[in-house]
Amino acid sequence: MLAAGLGLAVAGLMSTARAEDVIKIGEINSYSLLPAFTEPYRKGWQLAVEEINAAGGINGKKLVVVSKDDSGKPADAQTAANELVSSENVAMLAGTFLSNIGLAVSDFANQKKVFFLAAEPLTDAITWSKGNRYTFRLRPSNYMQAAMLVEEAAKLPAKRWATIAPNYEYGQSAVAVFKKLLSEKRPDIQWVDEQWPPQGKIDAGPVVQAVAAANPEAILNVTFGADLVKLVREGNTRGVFKDRKVVSFLTGEPEYLDPLKDETPEGWIVTGYPWYSIKTPEHDAFLKAYQTKYNDYPRLGSIVGYQTIKSAAAILAKAGSTDTEKLIAAAEGLAVPSPFGEITFRKIDHQSTLGAYVGKTAIKDGKGIMVDTVYRKGSDYLPSDAEVAKLRPKD
Amino acid sequence: MAFYFVQFLTGLASAASLFLVASGLSIIFGVTRIVNFAHGAFYMLGAYVAFTLTERLSGALGFWGGIVVAALVVAAIGVLVEIVLLRRIYHAPELFQLLATFGLTLMVEDLVVLIWGPDDLLGRRAPGFKGAVDFFGQNIPSYDLFLIALGPIVLGALWLLFQRTRWGILVRAATQDRDMVAALGVNQKWLFTSVFAVGVFLAALGGALQIPRDAVHHAMDLRIIVEVFVVVVIGGLGSILGAFVAAVLVSELNAFGILIFPTISLILIFLVMAVVLVVRPWGLFGRKEAPARRTPGLTVIPWRPLSSVERLASLAALTFAAMLPFVSGNYALNVGAEIAIFVIFAASLHFLMAVGGLASFGHAAYFGLGAYGVAFLAKMAGLPMIACLLLGPLLGALGAAVFGAFAVQLSGVYFAMLTLAFAQIVWSVAFQWVGVTGGDNGILGLWPETWAASPPHFYWLALGVTTLVVSVLRLITFSPFGYALRAMRDSPLRSESIGINGKRIQWTAFIIAGTTAGIGGALFAYLKGSVFPDNMGISLSVDALVMVLLGGVETVPGAIFGAIVYKALNIWLVSKTDLSKLVLGIFIVLIVVVFPKGIVGVVESFMHRRRAAAPKAAALSAKIEGAQ
Repeated sequence: MLAAGLGLAVAGLMSTARAEDVIKIGEINSYSLLPAFTEPYRKGWQLAVEEINAAGGINGKKLVVVSKDDSGKPADAQTAANELVSSENVAMLAGTFLSNIGLAVSDFANQKKVFFLAAEPLTDAITWSKGNRYTFRLRPSNYMQAAMLVEEAAKLPAKRWATIAPNYEYGQSAVAVFKKLLSEKRPDIQWVDEQWPPQGKIDAGPVVQAVAAANPEAILNVTFGADLVKLVREGNTRGVFKDRKVVSFLTGEPEYLDPLKDETPEGWIVTGYPWYSIKTPEHDAFLKAYQTKYNDYPRLGSIVGYQTIKSAAAILAKAGSTDTEKLIAAAEGLAVPSPFGEITFRKIDHQSTLGAYVGKTAIKDGKGIMVDTVYRKGSDYLPSDAEVAKLRPKD
Repeated sequence: MAFYFVQFLTGLASAASLFLVASGLSIIFGVTRIVNFAHGAFYMLGAYVAFTLTERLSGALGFWGGIVVAALVVAAIGVLVEIVLLRRIYHAPELFQLLATFGLTLMVEDLVVLIWGPDDLLGRRAPGFKGAVDFFGQNIPSYDLFLIALGPIVLGALWLLFQRTRWGILVRAATQDRDMVAALGVNQKWLFTSVFAVGVFLAALGGALQIPRDAVHHAMDLRIIVEVFVVVVIGGLGSILGAFVAAVLVSELNAFGILIFPTISLILIFLVMAVVLVVRPWGLFGRKEAPARRTPGLTVIPWRPLSSVERLASLAALTFAAMLPFVSGNYALNVGAEIAIFVIFAASLHFLMAVGGLASFGHAAYFGLGAYGVAFLAKMAGLPMIACLLLGPLLGALGAAVFGAFAVQLSGVYFAMLTLAFAQIVWSVAFQWVGVTGGDNGILGLWPETWAASPPHFYWLALGVTTLVVSVLRLITFSPFGYALRAMRDSPLRSESIGINGKRIQWTAFIIAGTTAGIGGALFAYLKGSVFPDNMGISLSVDALVMVLLGGVETVPGAIFGAIVYKALNIWLVSKTDLSKLVLGIFIVLIVVVFPKGIVGVVESFMHRRRAAAPKAAALSAKIEGAQ
């Protein structure tokens, strides 16, 4: 009976038909865990699929994206990857949000020799210390965002710095690289305090109180999501951010900025996505298409979803085949248009040169926005090729 | 100095909300003996409903009225849940209510996203408490002062309610001795319902009061539920004063812990809980539970080894399972291997729960330790796969030996909570000791060697190991050791008086269960090619509990069926829908209502009835019952 159950369970999961005139991309993300980011993300890639197929598909074949939820667990992501590769016969894998899931799928891709285009995970490891030839990554990494923010932070007169970051790999590496880069530029800086609230469980009152007690002139913040909201509320009430400069990863992303509404702290130096003030033809076209289709404004997730599938399609089109080796050859050094302007997937580490907008937070009509925004190209904030080669294991 | 005082006050403010939620859980448990996993979900619903109401209603009255109405609305939902669902299962085996409320929690998590959308919501600030009070140059939010005052007020109100009203006297009596209250002719039905309503009201109020200081989002429930369990257990189950003191203690630990141990704050409260439970097993203000009057053994159909027909059927089933690689694709085999591994995991917990009567809430710790054992051996020592598979589980055995020595000194919910504390400590170490474990990013690249790499080979390996483990566990169950263990489960006093060294027997069982879980973990590491702290997280422990309860805790083969059904369904749902939690939750709740003894339990009692109908079998079963 044990086996009968096994057999039935498994039979239900077995693969079915496959058509010859479609190209399938397998997509995985934490839909049920992080709906605030992944809902706009899904809308983004759905728009891309629609545009690609309306323009005739990929080399005459229709593009189909098969999407799976990983429930925020690396083990589930691997089950999904396996299903996509073994029974859906996808040409490549794409997606993922959390760094640990990105790494798990990347390792899977390396093992099974499948092409993987990581969309969102930010960890530097994915293209450097744990990089492999099957994995490419779209978003600007931790290092790149830190370098963009350090450029602004170094201009501040502040010498005493404190940090607040979620206590897991992402927070730890963001703080480490920011500290390293800023101290290199400004040897006169002192690091006076660090706070490591557990991710998703911040007890914001004590944290901001403790930071204030160290009396820093500037604060680096790496928290996001609900933790950020709590931190900002407590900090505002207690006046901790008053007369202090704050540099903050990700806070300008609409996903994290919008919930703050009129609570938005003013003058924070942030990375993000000011969709309301980008005036380029590429972005205008994207914005118009997105708003027409969904009657809603895009979030950063929408850009990531859209560009992931657009890039994947470009790679598939250039390769002219779904053979993994040909896909890698096509992707290395490939230039692709994006709503932020042309990006390139670097040959040396498979990192795309997609950049980010850096600016300051402000309030307009009771809503948080970014002002004084400048687009920073990813390519300008990466270490030298020699250094990258040292960071990355040889294939 | 002013800083430390303000930090102390901030801790007190956080304690207020925690106390509200924890006291509700404590009251519910005290009377109904339900470990209400859905308490966090009611807390979250309180916040969501309060958000909607306070956004619609204007002015101070609208805000404060909205908070109270929200708590009342959610309490009404609680009453509905109690009447429709829980009333049907009070007589099901212990912990079955946990399964039902877990199913509810899953449903609520998806429902709030469906109703309120995916974005984090920021509520209004409380009218009259928007600013801060200056205290020697430090700012204290006035809302914090309000919360600090609220805590003792609620404590006082609850004290009056329980000491000065007839209802309170009945509730206290039921907390002390439920059977006696029933014997005195009190209508327990409505007593239970009202207690549940009060408990849920407190949880929802705790959630609603969070909106001026927190974002409302769909993961609030899990964030609070574990902390609340900790508070209730430290304070002593059923004790409201205990919940208050423990809430203050935990919040102050959080507030000052970040100053002294900024990076290990996660471990701290679980360490404290473990110490409290080891020193004072019933919590700071708890009392030793009166022994249950119902002997569990009487409700169970006596276990017996498989008959020869059943043996043949099992063999046939196994053969069928072994043929799978000839008919199905790689993905199916991959899923088959995963299910087989979870059969090991569930069987090991089931052994501890059903045979030993020890329900562990932290069984994933040993699964995860086995997986990390493999990772360390393969990555650091560079051992070959066979050696890793054989030695890796020893880390699980070691963990079980150490933690089990403490845990088996306790029983019931306290045992469960101590195992949870140990599991959380192990998880925190894996999560935060980045240098050794890779932290959240885990350890990658643990793929099987060539001989086991192909999906059919790995499937056969997993199936073989599973068959071996399950057979051995069955063998132990029906061995003299198994009988001694069951004797301890059914009556510790009697078994000790005939010379059974009960604690040692239970400790051995704990180590056996930990080792077998470790075997599952070791295989899992190779199946996934990686290990993550997730492998020992709470959700995995809960999964194991669900599998065991689903299959039927009072049966011998229950875990196998529970694991197959739950895991297959889970994988299938996650693959097919984004609302997997909603569907899975509904499924679990339905199962609980329809099969309150678990899937195998229901089948067994059906077979038993049929057998009893035959005259010869009737005589036999009469003999068995006479012997009992």
